[in-house]
Amino acid sequence: MSHGLLLVFELTILVLAIFLGFEVISKVPTLLHTPLMSGTNAIHGIVIVGAMLVMGQGDKDTLTWILGFIAVILASANVVGGFVVTDRMLEMFKRRRPEPAAKDDDQASGPQQ
Amino acid sequence: MSRATTDLLYLVTIVTFILALRFLSQPDKARLGNWIGAAGMLLAIGVTFAQSEIVSYWEIVLGMVIGGGFGAVAARRVKMTAMPQMVALFNGVGGGAAALISWAEFHNRAPNPGNLKVDISIAIMLSALIGAISFAGSMVAFAKLQELIQGRPITYPGQQLVNALVFGAAVAAGVAIAAGAEEQWLMWALLAAAALFGVLFVLPIGGADMPVVISLLNAFTGLAAAATGFELENNVLIVAGMLVGASGTLLTLMMSRAMNRSISNVLFGAFGQVSAGAATAAGTDGGTVRSASAEDVAVMLAYAHKVVVVPGYGLAVAQAQHDVRQLADLLEEKGVEVSYAIHPVAGRMPGHMNVLLAEANVPYPQLKEMDEANPEFGRTDVVLVVGANDVVNPDARNNQGSPIYGMPILNVDEAETVVVLKRSMNPGFAGIENPLFFNPKTVMLFGDAKESIAKLIGDVKGL
Repeated sequence: MSHGLLLVFELTILVLAIFLGFEVISKVPTLLHTPLMSGTNAIHGIVIVGAMLVMGQGDKDTLTWILGFIAVILASANVVGGFVVTDRMLEMFKRRRPEPAAKDDDQASGPQQ
Repeated sequence: MSRATTDLLYLVTIVTFILALRFLSQPDKARLGNWIGAAGMLLAIGVTFAQSEIVSYWEIVLGMVIGGGFGAVAARRVKMTAMPQMVALFNGVGGGAAALISWAEFHNRAPNPGNLKVDISIAIMLSALIGAISFAGSMVAFAKLQELIQGRPITYPGQQLVNALVFGAAVAAGVAIAAGAEEQWLMWALLAAAALFGVLFVLPIGGADMPVVISLLNAFTGLAAAATGFELENNVLIVAGMLVGASGTLLTLMMSRAMNRSISNVLFGAFGQVSAGAATAAGTDGGTVRSASAEDVAVMLAYAHKVVVVPGYGLAVAQAQHDVRQLADLLEEKGVEVSYAIHPVAGRMPGHMNVLLAEANVPYPQLKEMDEANPEFGRTDVVLVVGANDVVNPDARNNQGSPIYGMPILNVDEAETVVVLKRSMNPGFAGIENPLFFNPKTVMLFGDAKESIAKLIGDVKGL
């Protein structure tokens, strides 16, 4: 593929990704704003792929080595920290599940008020 | 592994990220969504390892162990209350990674002038610019939320001009790079100016607005990642980065809408600085503050029919969520109807309070959203405000001079009595006076929220 053609192709998927990004989270309850922010935060940790490509080159000078190495460290912290923090937030929501079920017996009409 | 196979597997990763975003917007599937995203990330990393361009592995693995280890430990150890700054920190390092990748790419390709195609140099300079702003800005947001530096807006005369000049310098260096001046010092100037701009741009924004800023910087990092994808001709970076860029932008708008503020007002309004004086004047003129003892409050609570708890950041700081639930259980045993009114931006992140109360096993039906809670205050005997301030500030309704004018609030002053648990009379995180405290209906119970609640529990038991 020529460089020009590749660029047009890349721009095409870029534009489609913009619309998809807007569309895919169009209806999100306030409750989930923070976890969703944290989740998207983890997803941009995909820069780790770029950091790996810089670091993985065979023939590299000292500056590239240092920059690549720091980039790998930072990006890995982004990926791991991002997903773990999001999971911890969402774990909190999960745990309430059995709670209303257990309470339902003694206050059957509770949830409607 | 051939390029076609690699790209095909990257496509699988892209699909998992899209599903992750979709599921993260639904309460019952959110956790699954996060795991799907993590699985996709793992696949992308594995696929990248298998690429023929990558010939040295141990340095990458070493870096991953260090960075991943730090991320895992930090994310595991952090208290639920400190989540917002954790998100800021992890966002910042992602932006920093994007900037460093661009620097390395420029360093490697620019020594041969004319080697850089214009679209590649544009991508390099955009990724370096946006990544460095996101990194430095997120670090300031982290420092503000961690209270390493003051949360209140830091302003000085001519600030906007200084910011514009610094940003202009960064852009000028970027334009020179894109125009073909492939000099290394231009990249250093670009990174330095962009990082300085990131710091200057977040400093004048008040701590209460930090969630919106972090969300915006999150979108920035996404854009920086997408630009990196153009440099490296890598689809998964382009799509995943842009997905975050777009959804992060939308999320930022949703958050500022929840606070009834425009995004430009958040970013350039120098929140709190506009008319802190006017707010003070309107609220506190001639007013007196009534303080009460825990025994008095315990009696009020125990003999009320309906009590509404309004949790705020003070509850989070004091880790008082479990004690509050204990107090609520005790009151319910005495036949008091207890519910919680959750303001959408209570705490320092939307949904922050839901998370904390869920951690304390508060039954879900007792949590009322603002629209549900507001009509109830008229027939509420006692409102217990635990460490909340700006979200119950009547100035948002009444005082046009107030920086938070127009923000929807919980109308707690419609209740019979308002009890405010607060450490001191210091203004809240946003640095604005609150006339609620001077309302004749209000009594203050000073002290650490956790200790005050513990005293209340003891006194209610003793009744």
